Amino acid sequence: MGFISNLIEADRMAEKKKAKPKIKTAGRANAAPMKKPEAETAAKSKTITKAKTKAVTKGPEAKGLTIRVCVGTGGLAAGSQQVIDTFHLELSARGMKSAIEKKCVNKTGCRGFCAKDVLVDVIVDGDISTYQFVTPEKVVRIVDEHIISGQPVDEWLVGPDYHTFHDKQTKVLLKQCGQIDPEDINAYLNIGGYEGAKKALALTEFEVIEEVKKSGLRGRGGAGFLTGLKWEFCSMSKPTPKYIICNADEGDPGAFMDRSVIEGNPHSVLEGMIIGGYAIGANYGYIYIRAEYPLAIERLKIAIAEATEKGFLGKNVFKSGFDFDVRIKEGAGAFICGEETALIASIEGKRGMPRSKPPFPVNKGLWGKPTVINNVETLANLPMIITKGSKWFSSIGSEQSKGTKVFALTGKIKNTGLIEVPMGMSLKEIIYDIGGGMEKKNRELKAVQTGGPSGGCIPASHIEMPVDYESLMRIGSMMGSGGMVVMDNTTCMVDMAKFFISFTQNESCGKCVPCRIGTKRMLEILTRITEGKGRESDIELLIELGTDIKMSSLCGLGQSAPNPILSTINFFRDEYEAHIKEGRCPAGVCKALRQYIVDAEVCKMCGKCARVCPSTAITWQPKQKAFIDKSKCVKCGACFEACPFNSIL
Amino acid sequence: MAEKKIKKVRIDGREVICERDETILDAAKKAGIEIPTLCNDDRLEPYGGCRLCIVQVKGVGRPLPACSTPVTNNMEVCTDNETITRIRKNLISLILSNHPNDCMRCEKTGDCDLQALAYKYEVDGSRFEGEQWDLPIREDNPFITYEPNKCILCGRCVRICNEVVMAGTIDLVGRGFDSMPDTAFRRPRSLDNCEFCGQCVSTCPTGALTDRRGRGKGRSYDMTKVRTTCSYCGTGCNFDLNVKNGKVIKVTSAYDAPVNHGNLCIKGRYGYEFIHSADRIKTPLIRRGDTFYEATWDEALDLIADKFTGLIKKYGNKSVGAFSSSRCTNEENFLIAKFARTVFKNNNVDNCARV
Repeated sequence: MGFISNLIEADRMAEKKKAKPKIKTAGRANAAPMKKPEAETAAKSKTITKAKTKAVTKGPEAKGLTIRVCVGTGGLAAGSQQVIDTFHLELSARGMKSAIEKKCVNKTGCRGFCAKDVLVDVIVDGDISTYQFVTPEKVVRIVDEHIISGQPVDEWLVGPDYHTFHDKQTKVLLKQCGQIDPEDINAYLNIGGYEGAKKALALTEFEVIEEVKKSGLRGRGGAGFLTGLKWEFCSMSKPTPKYIICNADEGDPGAFMDRSVIEGNPHSVLEGMIIGGYAIGANYGYIYIRAEYPLAIERLKIAIAEATEKGFLGKNVFKSGFDFDVRIKEGAGAFICGEETALIASIEGKRGMPRSKPPFPVNKGLWGKPTVINNVETLANLPMIITKGSKWFSSIGSEQSKGTKVFALTGKIKNTGLIEVPMGMSLKEIIYDIGGGMEKKNRELKAVQTGGPSGGCIPASHIEMPVDYESLMRIGSMMGSGGMVVMDNTTCMVDMAKFFISFTQNESCGKCVPCRIGTKRMLEILTRITEGKGRESDIELLIELGTDIKMSSLCGLGQSAPNPILSTINFFRDEYEAHIKEGRCPAGVCKALRQYIVDAEVCKMCGKCARVCPSTAITWQPKQKAFIDKSKCVKCGACFEACPFNSIL
Repeated sequence: MAEKKIKKVRIDGREVICERDETILDAAKKAGIEIPTLCNDDRLEPYGGCRLCIVQVKGVGRPLPACSTPVTNNMEVCTDNETITRIRKNLISLILSNHPNDCMRCEKTGDCDLQALAYKYEVDGSRFEGEQWDLPIREDNPFITYEPNKCILCGRCVRICNEVVMAGTIDLVGRGFDSMPDTAFRRPRSLDNCEFCGQCVSTCPTGALTDRRGRGKGRSYDMTKVRTTCSYCGTGCNFDLNVKNGKVIKVTSAYDAPVNHGNLCIKGRYGYEFIHSADRIKTPLIRRGDTFYEATWDEALDLIADKFTGLIKKYGNKSVGAFSSSRCTNEENFLIAKFARTVFKNNNVDNCARV
């Protein structure tokens, strides 16, 4: 317990002498565990062994105490601020004030596994122990038993699923999220932050573009255009001034990778913008971010202020003679503003509506000047491409899709959260290794929807396919911004398609006819199918309408809006037919088509269904099988959900 | 000076020579090839909203809108094929699926772009049924009637208000199926937010925006159009008086007018009621004592000539001058100056225009 007495001793010293400036101390305190990434991985693997053996061994590089608390939006929602406050309170109550002053309690960004929040790393002498579901009440015991007595509270430590979730991933972008304090530039500098920008500014613009081109980096916003090529087009465009815009208007339902990157490591995005701005000759950068991300905006503001203070932004960046300013523009939450021309219109103060391309923004963008728009994830990749080189980057990934991609893994799967995998990893590995397989044991994987409302679904039969731009396009889906929804056999594909088209219809800007009225009519057709009023000709009508909307819409929103419908018709036509011809929803989702009955052979006579039924349609007596009176049933599905034995059909 | 680069384009097999910055639609017009449009107005920037002008460009997978795609050298364009016709038909059907289709009693019948296209492509509103707007007619001002149900969201009214008039009275509001042009906070049009130039009415391709005072008084094909020059100011805008049974029913834009290209202000478009007003002065009036008496032009001109001659004789030629009106044309102003210099023999000429 040497380090504890040291801390207490240090406290006494500090009272005598005034403590040194905070930032410097924090820098040093952070430096210990952060300095060498290799050491970190070593520490990580140690944690796994520890989790299994539940034994604690002190590492050789005993450096002291660090507590890392996840303060991403997920973490904060789970109460991480209170956890931090309690740590402060408990530590100072035990005479460890210096621990707080040294910022031993660190805030970190999201580490992706939000289902287990609040996640807390307690690092004692280099040994990392990770706690899950931490609440302020649990803090006392962690402090007493683990920090004071050196005995981790085993029962609250993360289980093996936490490690399988993380170990199969290749963390490049998200590596530092969840490790560093996003509100402290020194934390970023200590892990080699802004080295990429420095290095880039020492090269010529041409060399930077060439390096990015060689890396094969493609836009992470969805379409997958080669970033280096986009830059090259813009740099060839003559008018000035030029602009670089960071597109942080993340809007796909369930997607939160951009938010997580900004919340967890905002400086990586700023650094990417400096590199991009320099390469294309832009002295102004905008970050277009939705106002629904208040925490990300806050952290960006802090980051911009810090970077400006350090001379990384503003006049004469890194004393290179290059001027670069970044401004934040908050969007009002219109999905369409993620489309680049609509985004530009929105920054200009106009209604966020896309316009026809050409001319492309690289020639005529913001205020009519050449503009490059890159996604958050794209930009965050750049510092590493410059520091580690294009070869390193292109060594990750598949033939034409390089690097890693962050996905928001959700749906009927065990481990939901944010994952980062190399391009080209198979769906199977993502779902079963990282995702831990289906959420419920007796359910089967049915399909995976990628790319959010613009994407399509991939049936379980294609589970071996690699996840990269080309493969997804080939199957009628797309990368999109990285949403990945896993569905099991209780998901109705017609209903799923209806959900997405209803989203795109609501978010259509109304400018072009096919998107505005076409998606509305598709939604109406799907609605009548799910209500049992579908017509024989509806499937063909959907295909024709969908094809025409894809071909004739103005922007990417309309051009991709029919994808969820067309791909589900392609792979699950039988389900559509069951709805229309047999008046049956095979997944049992569409309420209007539902007939709830009790499978008497499976029923275990527990009576749970009868207790939840709101319309007393279920008759049941102890030791008697339940029975549903169809005339009373309101088809709410409560019994279906409640039955632990799947005996309600 | 921007260099002029000649571009050769083939549209439906016909070669067209284009200069810089022309669109496929411009080039097609030159070649006399008709491409259907609803959201295009030559007075406005290309929009690409109705998607009816989509054409197939060789080497491009997706059809492109002719109105907003600039031509490139050696571009090969096909303006019509089976796929494009199918898409156009479906697009018109979609528009009609949220349209009252009450052409029998619509103000715009016979002069409606949508009606013409539905006729040409032989479609009606029956293919895609579903929700239709059921919004009340807006007659919240004296000049412009807005029937939102007939709006096809081509955005022409919004754009002419913002690009040409720069009044910013209307913009698109709402999203998705419910987006529509309207004023800020959907307030009634008044002089607080609108200039009442009626430019929006002039560009509306359907019966959504119509001149309120002409409603119910006849369709476009009932009227004789009489081209005239506006008498309100010296700009010299042309427009068409729409005459039925010897009465002026309304004013419509003359898009080929060399000065104003169809653009008008509130006076030109809506200031025509004086024509048939009982109070209108149709002859010169001569004052005798406190009253005015109707006179012939000869009488009036004789009187003026006498008075001027008398004044010049008595006080000299510098004592008189000519002052002309801002409503006069350049030519009229030239004549009055000429008159002063040759008849009065002085340079006492002025005009009330101080703009």
